[in-house]
Amino acid sequence: MYHEFEKNIARRAETTNARALIENVSRRGFIGGVLKTSGVVLALQIIPGGAAGAYDAYPTGAAGMPRGVVNDPHAYVAIDADGIVTIVAHRSEMGTGAKTSLPMVVADEMEADWARVRVIQAPGDEPRYGNQDTDGSRSVRHFIQPMRECGAAMRSMLESAAAAKWGVDRSLCRAKQHHVVLLKKGKGDGEKIETETRLGFGELATAAMSQPVPPRDKLEFKKPEDFRYIGKGKTQIVDLHGITVGSAVYGADVRLPGMKYAVIARPPVVGGKIKTYDAAATLKVPGVEAVHEIEGSMPPAKFAPLGGVAIVARSTYAAMQGRDALTIEWENGPHAGYSTAAYRDEMSATAKKPGKVIRNQGDPDAAFSGAAEVFSGEYHQEHVAQAPMEPPVAIARITDGKIEVWAPAQSPYGAREDIAKALNVPIENVTVHVTLLGGGFGRKSKCDYMIEAVQLSKKLGGTPVLLQWTRDDDLRHAFYHTTSVERIEAALDKAGKVVGWRHRTVAPSILSTFAADSGYQFNIEYGMGFADMPFEIPNIRCENGQAFAHTRIGWFRSVSNIPRAFAVQSFVAELADKLGRDPKDLLIELIGSDRTIDPKAAGMPEDFWNYGEPYPQFPIDTARLKNVVEVAADKAGWGKKLPAKQGLGIAAHRSFVSYVAMVVHAEIDAGGIIRVPEVTAVIDCGFYINPERIRSQIEGAAVMGMSTALYSGITFKDGQVEQSNFNDFEVARMTNFPQKVTVHIIEPTSPSHYPTGVGEPGVPPFAPALCNAIFAATGKRLRSLPTGEKIDA
Amino acid sequence: MLTITVNGQDRQFDGDPNTPLLWFVRDELGLTGTKFGCGAGLCGACTVHVDGVAVRGCMTTVSEASGKQITTIEGLSADGNHAVQKAWRELNVPQCGFCQAGQIMQAASLLTKNRAPSDAEIVEEMGGNICRCGCYQRIHAAVRLAAGGV
Repeated sequence: MYHEFEKNIARRAETTNARALIENVSRRGFIGGVLKTSGVVLALQIIPGGAAGAYDAYPTGAAGMPRGVVNDPHAYVAIDADGIVTIVAHRSEMGTGAKTSLPMVVADEMEADWARVRVIQAPGDEPRYGNQDTDGSRSVRHFIQPMRECGAAMRSMLESAAAAKWGVDRSLCRAKQHHVVLLKKGKGDGEKIETETRLGFGELATAAMSQPVPPRDKLEFKKPEDFRYIGKGKTQIVDLHGITVGSAVYGADVRLPGMKYAVIARPPVVGGKIKTYDAAATLKVPGVEAVHEIEGSMPPAKFAPLGGVAIVARSTYAAMQGRDALTIEWENGPHAGYSTAAYRDEMSATAKKPGKVIRNQGDPDAAFSGAAEVFSGEYHQEHVAQAPMEPPVAIARITDGKIEVWAPAQSPYGAREDIAKALNVPIENVTVHVTLLGGGFGRKSKCDYMIEAVQLSKKLGGTPVLLQWTRDDDLRHAFYHTTSVERIEAALDKAGKVVGWRHRTVAPSILSTFAADSGYQFNIEYGMGFADMPFEIPNIRCENGQAFAHTRIGWFRSVSNIPRAFAVQSFVAELADKLGRDPKDLLIELIGSDRTIDPKAAGMPEDFWNYGEPYPQFPIDTARLKNVVEVAADKAGWGKKLPAKQGLGIAAHRSFVSYVAMVVHAEIDAGGIIRVPEVTAVIDCGFYINPERIRSQIEGAAVMGMSTALYSGITFKDGQVEQSNFNDFEVARMTNFPQKVTVHIIEPTSPSHYPTGVGEPGVPPFAPALCNAIFAATGKRLRSLPTGEKIDA
Repeated sequence: MLTITVNGQDRQFDGDPNTPLLWFVRDELGLTGTKFGCGAGLCGACTVHVDGVAVRGCMTTVSEASGKQITTIEGLSADGNHAVQKAWRELNVPQCGFCQAGQIMQAASLLTKNRAPSDAEIVEEMGGNICRCGCYQRIHAAVRLAAGGV
């Protein structure tokens, strides 16, 4: 998503341009020898066309993404003479299953037998593959159509090749499970019967690849009932075996001849510089070979390295030992005063004052001045580090001016652009190979560690170098999830009805990493559970108070939705308690009538951000939101009697254009530890392709939600991060995690329920549902994340 | 010169005897299935077996491992079909997969000493292995499944 941050795009997604721009396909960037296409590569495009086959094309936000989408089989599919079908995964695999799910769509549409499909990972090459920024829960929602088109085109080309060989019309050729079968006319009108004559995909490979790529309006798509893999949940992830035997390749697992190992000592305060350093002891450490200064940066510097001193050695351990022996005196710079406690107080004070108006509907001033009572709540969250299990790592090599990088990269083409810029070389001279990502969660969207590795290789005359971040580095030098105060006030009339809603958000903005800091957030952050708040209340105002950043703010799985869902959904339950209402009933009542919210009539900002999607196709649909609430309540047995110190809490949130509700069952054990025996989760993500991975994503989101709710916080003192490893930056472990997460996937009830996000939307509802459950169990309200795992009850 | 037996093969090492086993197997032997997650014995990503018992590769030195049988994920089973590995695949446990070698080694060690662990015993044994993707529900289930087949 960072291109949006970088450019601060303040515009609604293009809705008139019906299809994403399809780029020219060129041979440039072709992976030498990996993809053995059997024919000539034709730079043909599948032009957007009218309805055909089983579904109509619909616009998505892919049109607004850099380099849009590509659906050309020549870019994505290769067939060997022995029949092995190679399909390119162009999005990064960090645990969501994207590397499996998208190629599976191609395979299904082209009638390839998955057992004879090989998936390979693309390097960063967006002109060839379309957008590769694996972020924003977008891979399926932006690429299901191009992947279906790609597969359908490939199937058509195979059938045409068979038709030419047999000298029959293509209508008598049908691709089926890795073969094309010759049909003959049956007795009935239009009836066709399969004959014994068939040709394998391998036999047709060369001829098929030489066929013209049919235009989109000539494509025939499979009908849902004919899908073999889509929607079935029976396809295992392609790296499953490798993961279980230790052969799967992550960032640090690539080995190059003559490769050195390095770590960097970075300034403890963002924007800090080296005053002096003494590397004499470092250079005496056995295995240490060199010490180099790395140039730093002062925010806003996007993903530029922080700078510091790099230690190059013949093993990672020697490099780490060398760093321990280094003496550095730092000049801390302007952010040395950043302290979490004082900053929270400032944010809280700001939230009590009027801020910049972002959304205004009705007359909130009158509603509040005429209110019988005003009820308020304030909610806080500390910074969080993404802390993927694989800390950042990159390998770089420079040969004859050509830069090669191997890295776990969420956005390999973005990394290429940034590396080219940082090193002042043409982008053609930079290659970024994508390994598996040992978790990403937004951290690996930022290519600072790749730039560091390249800068270091350059200092080493191009020698291959593996730059390893330690866990300490990862926690102390992240691009942090913002810290925030969200304050909500409700104006109540005499009957206890909510007639006015005021929400103030105060949090340092991601934009400060990209541009001069105004202290204000921007449309993308406003669009995440704040300005898009879906309640049917006549008078609504959303305000943003200033908060200036003193560290690098980045994004973490589901981003600002975490504090917003926490605030809004906790507040509803608090209000229900005050009014003596059932929290679920009040939530349903506040969401209000079944409707598609009109952003303009609701006073939402002109540049209202709908996760980059065209609003008419991906509107805020209150019926779908209420439905996930009702299903979750029903499946969880909402209202059931529970023993003492146990309770149910509910929360629902729309994010990444999906709808998720969760009921959390909390229990306070004899030692006062908050435990979660069960979570009932319901997701409406429209048309879905891999329910098994959707379940795993939501199970994982509940665990990450638990980490964020109870355990994980990054705090600053004197500008420095206070945490250094998993002892003080805690995450959920098997000793305390949501024991049983049951995931219900809503079946789409309309063809317009297009695929929507899955990777992120499971996270936001967890913390409020948990805190609401804790309240139900104990009568205690927790308003600050992380809460800690213990409660006096 | 130290001799360490890794996956049944004798390996020599004449570097710093305090080098953690993790970095010995990764950087010296090129056995990259064992992962670096924290370097402080806090996450379990580097779990290997010393004489069949799970230890943290980042906290065990090569000198401590000298003369002992070390098993990494690559050597857990000749064909990759240890009961734990099979259970992991059957239940589709991994998401990103990075921590799973450590999880599998920990689970295999548990099941060697305890063929039928209780839920509490699984939690106690596996509690030191972090999975940031949050696969615990399936890890727990896979350990139970594997317990039948070890």
